[in-house]
Amino acid sequence: MENKKGKQERRFAIANREALIGCALAVINFVWWYGFAYGLGSKPPEEYTYILGFPAWIFFSVILGTLFMFGLVFLAVNFLLTDISLEDEDESEEAEDEVMNV
Amino acid sequence: MNWAVIIPLLIFLIVIFLVGIWSNRKLAKAEGFLSDYFLGSREFGGLVLAMTMVATYGSASSFLGGPGAAYTIGFGWVLLAMSQVATGYFVLLILGKKFAIVSRRYNAVTLVDFLKERYKSTTVVLLSAFSIIVFLFSAMAAQWVGGAYLIQSLTGINYVAALFIFTLSVLVYVTIGGFRAVVITDTVQGIVMFFGTLLLLIAVIVAGGGISNIFSDLVSINPNMITPFGHDGSLSAAYVSSYWILVGVGVVAVPQVAVRAMSYKDSKSMHRAIMIGTVVVGTIMFGMHLIGVFARPILPGIEVADQVIPLVALEVLPPWAAGLLLAAPLAAIMSTVDSLLLLVSSTVVKDLYINYVKPKATENQVKQVSMGVTALIGIVAFLLAISPPDLMIFLNLFAFGGLEAAFMWPLILGLYWKHANKTGAIASMITGIGSYIAIHFYNQAYGDLFGVHTVTVPVFLSLIVCIVFSLAFKQKAYEFPVQNIKKEA
Repeated sequence: MENKKGKQERRFAIANREALIGCALAVINFVWWYGFAYGLGSKPPEEYTYILGFPAWIFFSVILGTLFMFGLVFLAVNFLLTDISLEDEDESEEAEDEVMNV
Repeated sequence: MNWAVIIPLLIFLIVIFLVGIWSNRKLAKAEGFLSDYFLGSREFGGLVLAMTMVATYGSASSFLGGPGAAYTIGFGWVLLAMSQVATGYFVLLILGKKFAIVSRRYNAVTLVDFLKERYKSTTVVLLSAFSIIVFLFSAMAAQWVGGAYLIQSLTGINYVAALFIFTLSVLVYVTIGGFRAVVITDTVQGIVMFFGTLLLLIAVIVAGGGISNIFSDLVSINPNMITPFGHDGSLSAAYVSSYWILVGVGVVAVPQVAVRAMSYKDSKSMHRAIMIGTVVVGTIMFGMHLIGVFARPILPGIEVADQVIPLVALEVLPPWAAGLLLAAPLAAIMSTVDSLLLLVSSTVVKDLYINYVKPKATENQVKQVSMGVTALIGIVAFLLAISPPDLMIFLNLFAFGGLEAAFMWPLILGLYWKHANKTGAIASMITGIGSYIAIHFYNQAYGDLFGVHTVTVPVFLSLIVCIVFSLAFKQKAYEFPVQNIKKEA
């Protein structure tokens, strides 16, 4: 029982950390989105500069920002998330579970 | 009738039917009826999980209302729509593995199941079941109307007949196939939506004579269209940002989305779903809203802006491609409706009938009641949709925001804060819904409070109330059970 509890704590600790990663991603996403949109877009449209045919604020905030988030999410998933078992395995499956925990 | 448009649509509907029948056979072999019918035995992989989340979330408003608003308002609305990229990673990361582990241990099949075990309170169960039924039923009826309008505008048959076709196709596969049918069709629909968006975007850019050309046309129509502030300059940064709560991070608490966060097979599926989901939702939202604005110079005089996507598709694509593509919004609507239908039905069956009416119901009774209730709810929605309410998006967003305000903190604090208790949860739900409705009417009468969307204040209020009441009526800190609570799933 104690063993099980320790295992639970470990898996929950991983889950808590990943929830915080989710929050961090959303904050970065928001800052990028807001910063470029209102930083570059708040002047009269005649003064806009264009990149690849799009006004700069749209290019940086909406297009590049979205691609940047795609990249960031890929990196976060591949380097920060941990593979864990979601089941409550029996003792017999213990070994297999250990293999899965890299 | 335009058969070149209708035939691809028909093929699409037939595929959906076949999925329903296949799921029904699989269902017959599954071990626990309830967990299979309402959750597909928690066996979904990454692609399917991502697609079902995107398809459930992306509704009529992503394909009809949203691009319509972009058509009228311009790039301010495209910017606003991009707050939805967050849903791709945020929901799965926040509910995450903890929700998946705990819901397995609880044998939870619905969001209400989770709340029931976590807070052990009849009031919480009834309150949440009640708000799901009321709010989601109205959202569903609105989508129902959208689906029928779309069939009507594509085929030219009258509204009631269109409604009937829509009801029949949805009811058959949801009733017999359950969650598995919903999720597999969501995947097919999600793929159609994804590639349809890309195809239409390219066709629209070509028809508009290239991006630079479209922008100079937009500037000559109204230079404000290409600013973040909307066609009349009235879209404030605060208002647009508040959509991050409504359609971005708040989506975590929308029951039909949250329930999917307990349906995946293993953590690898979840990781893949986060990547696929972010890319798919980002591409669809960006593409569809961009198409909405870019359609402005191509088709300047559209009176009902919601019809911009069907009209522009028929304008810029050959008929067969338009038919295939217009399966996308229909897919979006169907995939939202099917999830809502199943969720409302699971709430009635699992959370009310089995909990309070007949706890000892046999497998067969549960099966009959589940399918019967699902069919009945669909038929009621059909009858209500015959004389439809006008404001489709309005109803949809009302349900969305109201549920977010109600469930966000009982769900998130229930998962991550051991001192959250039933008093806090009840107070938080009442505050969330109550203040949402109150502020909604205030905003209608006097303009937006603090210049932000209705959902903003209730979400913060319900957080404060949840914490204050949990601490004021303090109970023993909650520990999650360390093993499965033995119970029939």
